Amino acid sequence: MKKTEKARFSWKKITESRLFFPIIALFLILLFDFIFIPGFFNIEARDGNLRGSLIDIARNGSTVMLLAIGMTLVIATGGIDLSVGAVMAIAASVAGILMNPSALKNEVFFVTDPMYTFQPLWLVIGAALIVAILCGLWNGFLVAYLRIQPMVATLILMIAGRGIAQLITNGLRVQITYRPYAFIGQGWFIVPFSLYIVAFVFAATWLLTRKTAIGMFIESVGINFRSSFFSGIDQKKIKMLVYVVCGFCAGIAGLIASSNIKTSDSNNIGLTTELDAILAVVIGGTAMAGGRFSLLASLIGALVMQAITQSMYAIGVPAFALQAIKSVVVILVILLYSKQVRGFIGMIGTRKEETGL
Amino acid sequence: MSEPTQYLLQMEGISKAFPGVQALDDVSFFLKKGEIHCLVGENGAGKSTLIKVLTGVDQPDRGKILLDGKEVHPKSPIDAQLLGISTVFQEINLCINLTVAENILLGHEPHIAGRIDWKKMNALATDTLKRLLGVEIDVTKTLDSYTVAIQQMVAIARALYVSSAKILILDEPTSSLDIHETEQLFKVMTKLKNEGVGIIFITHFIGQIFQISDRITVLRNGKLVGTFETSDITRVGLISKMIGRSLAEFDEMSKIKKESSKHIKSEKLLQANDLGLTGAMRPFNLDLHAGEVVGFAGLLGSGRTETASILFGVEKPDSGSITFDGELVLDYSPLGSIKRGIALCPEDRKGAGIVDDLTVRENIVLAMQANKGWFKYLSLPEQYEIADKYIKLLNIATPSPDQLVKNLSGGNQQKVILARWLATQPQLLILDEPTRGIDVGTKAEIQKLVLVLAEEGKACVFISSELDEVLRTSHRIIVLREREKIAEFPGDVDETTIIHAIAGSES
Repeated sequence: MKKTEKARFSWKKITESRLFFPIIALFLILLFDFIFIPGFFNIEARDGNLRGSLIDIARNGSTVMLLAIGMTLVIATGGIDLSVGAVMAIAASVAGILMNPSALKNEVFFVTDPMYTFQPLWLVIGAALIVAILCGLWNGFLVAYLRIQPMVATLILMIAGRGIAQLITNGLRVQITYRPYAFIGQGWFIVPFSLYIVAFVFAATWLLTRKTAIGMFIESVGINFRSSFFSGIDQKKIKMLVYVVCGFCAGIAGLIASSNIKTSDSNNIGLTTELDAILAVVIGGTAMAGGRFSLLASLIGALVMQAITQSMYAIGVPAFALQAIKSVVVILVILLYSKQVRGFIGMIGTRKEETGL
Repeated sequence: MSEPTQYLLQMEGISKAFPGVQALDDVSFFLKKGEIHCLVGENGAGKSTLIKVLTGVDQPDRGKILLDGKEVHPKSPIDAQLLGISTVFQEINLCINLTVAENILLGHEPHIAGRIDWKKMNALATDTLKRLLGVEIDVTKTLDSYTVAIQQMVAIARALYVSSAKILILDEPTSSLDIHETEQLFKVMTKLKNEGVGIIFITHFIGQIFQISDRITVLRNGKLVGTFETSDITRVGLISKMIGRSLAEFDEMSKIKKESSKHIKSEKLLQANDLGLTGAMRPFNLDLHAGEVVGFAGLLGSGRTETASILFGVEKPDSGSITFDGELVLDYSPLGSIKRGIALCPEDRKGAGIVDDLTVRENIVLAMQANKGWFKYLSLPEQYEIADKYIKLLNIATPSPDQLVKNLSGGNQQKVILARWLATQPQLLILDEPTRGIDVGTKAEIQKLVLVLAEEGKACVFISSELDEVLRTSHRIIVLREREKIAEFPGDVDETTIIHAIAGSES
């Protein structure tokens, strides 16, 4: 009897872990790949670097992973940031124009020297990220100080952002030929360089939220802002902070995306990625109403999103049908989270133990 | 009770528990045909739960309901309506953009050849209003073109038409009406009463209770205090029954109180001058001394909670000033107050107290951490140390400090909030209804704790709906009535004096 109780406890503990369902979801998709796509799990070492479909999922997923980190904090406060895709485009435009200002003169000339840049790399990156942070400040200001509903407040920048990005590049697509910049998205150092960026941002955000009081305050504000107010938590500053972090993450994601395609394409960079990021957070188990969050679970959620995309391409789903297929898979994943299904899975564990008696 | 058949409605031995709270404990309620029966009690007394049980919103744990001598089990409000029990709530739930006739007959429209027969409908509505309530208005106008009182009547007319109600429940219908409109409503109530409808009338206005009711049932803390003939009871008698005055434990507490009163410092810790906020509290003066427990007595809505909110900086006063510890307060905000050394256990435990999805530990350190700021993070071992200390000190029943607060009982949640504020080491502790919805044992614990804290040199403001509790713990008592500070008494004042002050009648 005692033994059964212990077993039930551990099963319960596993199913109640925040990471349980994201990992199950990822596992199911990879299982699908394993069965239907031969060679999906092959990883080969080429020039000392690892390559393969799994690595591709991680590399292509790095932008969504970055967005998911920032989005997790925003959603944990009970907010949402729809503008991350637009912020990506803005950051990419700033970076592009600082490396290749030809668009400002309304002409497109092709730089042939791969080491040519208008401004040094640190300034390019620094300026792009500062602009991204400004975007976050703007969102935070609207939400925290003007008390506009987060969805409406960030919708403003979502729509205006692409216009701003086009203004910066004078409405043209900017070619990026500067090789060191290309390393951000395309470089490899055993594994893709962008994964190091993700790891660094993840670690920094984790330290910021879990080794200071900020994580607890974010959750407290998201769960019950009135109680938090009575306890002396300045929710305006907390909200400001999460939107800034979210903007910053979107800025980095924009740099990676533009480096990947060697272009600052303000019309297409980050298009609809805000939805992927939000879904990644939801798959990671953070409630849209706010509250407890797990950055790691969101990262796995982002990988789930990317794995879905990649698998669909691999089995030959045409690009235009991808979104429809993806939505079906997302519905299935979200179903895993419904109370009924959860209760059912919890019951499987207990039932097994009972029959074992 | 000797002739059970004389009652239209009999509710016997009704008990209902919610997690952590015994909302109703063996309450019986009898309603005669053709009477207006007032149901009174402070917040949390169990009035609304009793009504919810009667109208099928909640199912009772124990007890039975007899309607016309037959046992009934209303499972939902619709079920109750079909039985003839109708309710009109404080907030009118009608559609103000529809006409009066549409509102009354919504879902019961007369039809002709598949279409609504408007002529008949308007005639029916006019007739219903006139016949049942004696009100004559143009039923083709939209509801929002009439006053709240008329809207209230329409709601009653709807309730009566839809179910030909035997029992009509009016839940604080007069709170938004002026005197004239109230009179109008009372006329209708009297008419219905004479036609044999049993009316349950819930109100906070003592004057109206005596004006209209035949009998009064008083609830307190989920228990039945008693049912009285209105002609047999005085205002003062009723109020003392509502706020209670059991003398149990009084001796021990008074000893502790006397002992602790020696430690009251003479210099003022807090001094409020002409402090007030329009619409919340009229300007008042208040001094608080270290080592002193000051009780706020007054009925619901008298300004008790508002005063606490202003002192803690939740609301900014628009007149007067506060001097705390010799310094003029400029920054009115909870965080500012915490930094000064003021703490507030709010009345609304669920809404403004606990953060239910955080653990006991996190809830306890929350205010302390807010005071320290974002980056001076209390390490986990430190957090556990603090949490363990207060769990032990306050006897919080929790399996571990990592338990989510929402899984705790109401009393233990209250203790967690107390712990949160004690952890900030306040000089002034404001407790707004700290014992509401808490079992008797925990109540006594908290009352004692307040005196112990005072003895340690903290100033305490103790706010409670229960007068005996205020008397037992306070060295000084402030009486509030209708958002105004009325009087101040020393702690050894006898309760009749205070009840008179609360009721607003002399001698």
